[in-house]
Amino acid sequence: MIPVLLILIPFLTGIISFFLKNERIARGWSLLSALITFAVSLTGLVFLNNYEYLHADAAWMPALGSRFSIAMDGMGQMLCLLTALLFPVIFIATWRQTYTRANSFYGLMLLAQAGLMGVFVSVDALLFYFFWELALIPAYFLCSRWGGEKRIQVTFKFFIYTFVGSLFMLVGLIYLYTRTPDQSFALTSFYNLHLTHTEESWLFWMIFIAFAVKMPVFPFHTWQPDTYEQSPSAVTMVLSGIMVKMGIFGVIRWLAPVLSFGTWAWGDTVSVLSIIGMIYASLIAIQQDDLKRLIAYSSIAHIGLMALAIFATNDISMQGVMIQMFSHGVNITGMWIVVDLIERQFKTRKISELGGLAQKAPVLAILLVIIALANIALPLTNAFVGEFLMFSGVFTSAASKYSVLFAAGAGISIILSAIYTLNMIQRVFYGSTTTLTARGKDAGRNELWILSVIVVLILVVGVFPKPMLSLTLDTVQQVISRMFIQ
Amino acid sequence: MNAIVLSAVLGVVMMFSGIFSQNKDVIRVTAIAAMIILLITNLLELNGFRLFEFNTHNMLVFDTFGLLFNSVLFACTLFFMLISGKDIGHVGNNVAEYYALIFFILCGVAIVSSFNTLLLLFLGIEIISIPLYILTGSDKRNLKGNEASLKYFLMGAFSTGLMLMGIALIYGAKGSFQMDIIAMGSGQLTPMITAGLLLLMFSMAFKVSAAPFHFWTPDVYDGAPTVFTSFMATIVKAAAFVGFIRLFEGSFGDTQPQWRLIVAIITAATLLIGNITAIFQQSVKRMLAYSSIAQAGFMMFAIVSLNERGREGLLFYATAYCIATIGVFAVLIRMRDYTFEGFNGLSRHHPTLAFTTTVFLLSLAGIPATAGFMAKFYMLSAAVGAGELLWLVILGIICAAISVYYYFRIIQAMYFKEGERQEIDSNPSFRYLLAAMAVITLLLGIFPEWLVSKLYYFVDI
Repeated sequence: MIPVLLILIPFLTGIISFFLKNERIARGWSLLSALITFAVSLTGLVFLNNYEYLHADAAWMPALGSRFSIAMDGMGQMLCLLTALLFPVIFIATWRQTYTRANSFYGLMLLAQAGLMGVFVSVDALLFYFFWELALIPAYFLCSRWGGEKRIQVTFKFFIYTFVGSLFMLVGLIYLYTRTPDQSFALTSFYNLHLTHTEESWLFWMIFIAFAVKMPVFPFHTWQPDTYEQSPSAVTMVLSGIMVKMGIFGVIRWLAPVLSFGTWAWGDTVSVLSIIGMIYASLIAIQQDDLKRLIAYSSIAHIGLMALAIFATNDISMQGVMIQMFSHGVNITGMWIVVDLIERQFKTRKISELGGLAQKAPVLAILLVIIALANIALPLTNAFVGEFLMFSGVFTSAASKYSVLFAAGAGISIILSAIYTLNMIQRVFYGSTTTLTARGKDAGRNELWILSVIVVLILVVGVFPKPMLSLTLDTVQQVISRMFIQ
Repeated sequence: MNAIVLSAVLGVVMMFSGIFSQNKDVIRVTAIAAMIILLITNLLELNGFRLFEFNTHNMLVFDTFGLLFNSVLFACTLFFMLISGKDIGHVGNNVAEYYALIFFILCGVAIVSSFNTLLLLFLGIEIISIPLYILTGSDKRNLKGNEASLKYFLMGAFSTGLMLMGIALIYGAKGSFQMDIIAMGSGQLTPMITAGLLLLMFSMAFKVSAAPFHFWTPDVYDGAPTVFTSFMATIVKAAAFVGFIRLFEGSFGDTQPQWRLIVAIITAATLLIGNITAIFQQSVKRMLAYSSIAQAGFMMFAIVSLNERGREGLLFYATAYCIATIGVFAVLIRMRDYTFEGFNGLSRHHPTLAFTTTVFLLSLAGIPATAGFMAKFYMLSAAVGAGELLWLVILGIICAAISVYYYFRIIQAMYFKEGERQEIDSNPSFRYLLAAMAVITLLLGIFPEWLVSKLYYFVDI
């Protein structure tokens, strides 16, 4: 019941939103919808937290062996919570932003939310693919319609990349389906597959490529900085906060347990790619002058670490990935909110044109510093928990002979992340003011309020991560038990 | 049987309707009424009610697959007449004749979907083709139309010659036109049968505009009046595919492993040429012509894999493709400017048109929740299920990705670019029809088995 509501509420309210005439009404309506979804998600987590309420199953395409079957395990619950939490946060943070045709904008945002929820809860491969694409289409329209100058080409590149990846995944899923004994798309049938090692090896790439593009893992990342830069802020937050999690989620749910041998066999390759991506993205981030691009590249580095940790194949690193998915979503949204504030106030995102903002906006500066410290995983912040677990998992991993090297490579990128993040803070918030920032003001009440919520989340999860960890424990154990280590 | 007899009779009725009334609207309404009758009688036959009983000496077999295909194609024709009927009136003065020719074509469609002997296949294909030559050149003042018509006629006649030659060779080897007799004991292909098979394959490939027999398609589709292009690219093409799959399943099903590679190569070439050439088109009409070649490539998957899923897929693909293409053409016909720029800013001034066109284009591109996705899904899973065709499947998905490029160009023009307001004749009924077709596209995309399960719902009589 809960997952059905999580999909239906944003879907229906999104459709209705298209027919609202007034911008203010559309905005209020979508915030209301997002808050209700959040409440439903919390209800599922706190009051109705048992399997009876957390799954639904109905006949859909019997002849094809596909059912409308959705269920939430710990990981699903956590990611739905993240989605449900971030949407109201994003709506409030960008409350002052005006859009032409706001009703369509908010309608598409809510449809994207419905698609995302669907991705996180479906346990039928065809249904999963449906939602996977349904989350993409609204994002495409949002970016191309309300984005920056080069939006059409950039978004199109993004669309083609992800679409090609998804098509490969579709063929992979169809192949798996034809090999299931009962001709079914159900995840449980996929678990019972017996494939030869050769099949697993090539199927791994057919499916992984879709997830790799979405995450993005080097060298499939080239769409990402441009798209983040050109998209309207609210959409960038959705893309980087939630949509990239689809890729990681996909690997954990649909790839690692299903093609366990393929995952193990290609583990080293993917790990090397992740590390190259992390270091490469960090080095580029250091040289960026554009705030949005800087954060975009830093996101590639963070995601690379998560990919690396999945392929380390042990409980600790997997647990780290889980909590980091949530933390990264929260932290990066916080970063984007600050960037959006700066851009709206000064009409620029160039670090070289900014400086000394802390004098003018002290509260904002404090909040940003906390978020930024979380971004480099300082202890007491949420990201520390995740990164610590991931590192110790990668370090002690039995899946690869080179685990120590991998851990060392990943360590370098963390050091680099400290360099570019602190450098950014220093140049934007400290030092002397420039002509542009001389007239700067502190952020408005909405934004400060929402940033404080994020900061509180960062600190609470950082200090007391246990509920979060125990939430995803079942998924971690299940996935790890199905994975393969020689 | 109902459909064959009635469509011929209704064709004659339509021809004479021109004598009794010069009013185009009257003729249009008569045609639509006739079309509804035709559709209903065909649906009745599907349920076992036959209005006519003939002994066809097993030359025609009315099975569920053929009848269901007829129903789908008749329903699409009905939509076509409802939505573009007015535009048929704009082509010229002989409206009654146009409708009569369309009904004759439908007669050919009904024969092609139920033939059991090569003779009737030939007859059916000819009954479809000859009225089409006339319709292509129906705009007599248009030089391009005349050229297209002549080209189509010459090329069509040539391919018919190939087909006859193929039939003759097969007859020589087997001593019969009957498909069941041809299929018997054909485990080994003798040179004569092989030659006949190849000639038949090439002529059918010509009719469905598969590469390398596709060269007539862009010119003919571009030159013909746009309304008739819409009809030609959808209903006629789908009918040719029914004939194709019936012929090869019925006569050469057992030897499929031996000729599969050739069909697979034709399919691959069709996909590549259709999609890649479509990218470079500046006119939407011409782009749609190439897109129809590309879509034919996907429908060819059914013939390559020749399994149950492929048959289901062909039915579904044809439905999805026809609805979407008729929808896009219906909007295109009313545009003044056929280039991509002509669509600039359409969403601002004509939101319904823009939205429905988007749905149709998404369906053609194969995006989930539209019928086109499930159609591609059926085809891909048919090919994966048939085994050993993974290279073709991968080529197929790469081409599907390429197709996104040119379909989305229209979407980008409509939504993300600014353009002048243009007067488009879009009365409410036109918009409602478009919306209805968009809804059908979406519903079929979510519940495809509603249509596909009908294949097994009716009992073959």
